Amino acid sequence: MPKIGVLALQGAFREHAEAFDALGADVVLIKHAEQFASIDAIVLPGGESTTQAKLLDTFAMRAPLADALAAGLGCFATCAGLILLATEVLDGRADQVPLGLLDVAVRRNGYGRQVMSFESALEIEGLHAPFTGVFIRAPRLVRVGDSVEVLARHDTHPVLVRRGRIWAAGFHPELADDLRLHQLFLHALTREDANP
Amino acid sequence: MAQNSAKNPPTQTASTTPARTTGTARVKRGLAEMLRGGVIMDVVDAEQARIAEDAGACAVMALERVPADIRRDGGVARMSDPAMVAGIQDAVTIPVMAKCRIGHFAEAQVLQSLGVDYIDESEVLTPADEAFHVDKWAFTVPFVCGATNLGEALRRIGEGACMIRSKGEAGTGNIVEAVRHLRSILGDVRKLTQADTAELFGWAKELRAPLDLVQEVAERGELPVPLFCAGGIATPADASLVMQLGAQAVFVGSGIFKSDDPAPRAKAIVEATTHFNDPAIVLKVSSGLGDAMKGQEIHQLETKLADRGW
Repeated sequence: MPKIGVLALQGAFREHAEAFDALGADVVLIKHAEQFASIDAIVLPGGESTTQAKLLDTFAMRAPLADALAAGLGCFATCAGLILLATEVLDGRADQVPLGLLDVAVRRNGYGRQVMSFESALEIEGLHAPFTGVFIRAPRLVRVGDSVEVLARHDTHPVLVRRGRIWAAGFHPELADDLRLHQLFLHALTREDANP
Repeated sequence: MAQNSAKNPPTQTASTTPARTTGTARVKRGLAEMLRGGVIMDVVDAEQARIAEDAGACAVMALERVPADIRRDGGVARMSDPAMVAGIQDAVTIPVMAKCRIGHFAEAQVLQSLGVDYIDESEVLTPADEAFHVDKWAFTVPFVCGATNLGEALRRIGEGACMIRSKGEAGTGNIVEAVRHLRSILGDVRKLTQADTAELFGWAKELRAPLDLVQEVAERGELPVPLFCAGGIATPADASLVMQLGAQAVFVGSGIFKSDDPAPRAKAIVEATTHFNDPAIVLKVSSGLGDAMKGQEIHQLETKLADRGW
């Protein structure tokens, strides 16, 4: 089973750790850059993207994380994690510089404020039955580059995308009481490792 | 507890496909989950809100006066001017919370219409109802409420609160009440996990709390919603202390903008909250911050805000 690191600077990291743990993965919480070398994939959890980005900078984790992802570290990013990975962030802070590892443009709070947060059933490529998408002050994907594959849409907008070993969702599979998406990611990761 | 209580009829929008359901317990509690490990800061204007966001706050609480000033000024403390809250909403990208008086559901309706991300039904404001809190299931916007003990926390959750903060004693810069309340809540949670099923009925009676919630806490070993800490946090070590005691995030009210040099202190408290269990980092961020807010002894207070709420 792969070793999954969950970035634990701020946000809903516990639910991801519990999900991957329940699937039998070896899970470790990540708070320091030197831990990137010992894992097969990292979860970038939901939370506040400005807070997470500042903490990545303060604790000198941004460049090591970008380097590790560029070198093939797997990634499962949700909500704020998607914003961190994007090449372009709209309606964010002027000084919000994303990692730029996934060629997408995202609009922060693109579905509106908290009162507009919602649940909706999603059809996801690779899953047979619908999956409950939990969208909380969610970022909206407004552009997806050619290198990026769309695995699910809501109301025509992409909500789950993938580029190689990097997966990113605008919603929160960790809050859905449903492990199938985490499992799909784990399967893809182990299959690729077996047949690189 | 069911994710969608019958008391909380979800709102289906008929016009769009696929259907969207807003205001579910999952999306309301979910935002609280997203704030975990973070610091929510009291701010009184757009400039303070930007300082808070720059420092790494995961949300701000918009209010006209911080609790220390409410204490000093006296008089009736009410919901803030919506125009002032709107100014803060425009200034930052992080979630904006605002306070309504205990039981004042009309203030809550105004704040929901304004689109605040969380409402704090708060003892820091002058209570509007001495018997009943707001029926929070009736709202799409989520609520946080204060609690001094487990029974109070579960009564608020029963009314629909999606986040609990231990009350502490706001505006004092004194951590002792926050510690008392956190230890009381979490100590009783630990006791519940050891109780047998028959004893849980007695616990529900003693705590004056809904039986189903008492049973849920006994089974899970934690509250059904995130537990944050508020009231008296003034230093990075205070944040580390309450996080180690079991709080999942911290509210800092007067402690930042009543200190000598707010911006570095705000940043230091954020960093200490992330690395709460790493004393070397708490040491590093604690150094050279200038004077913390002066603070007050609890026994010298004329009004204990934590006594408000029932």
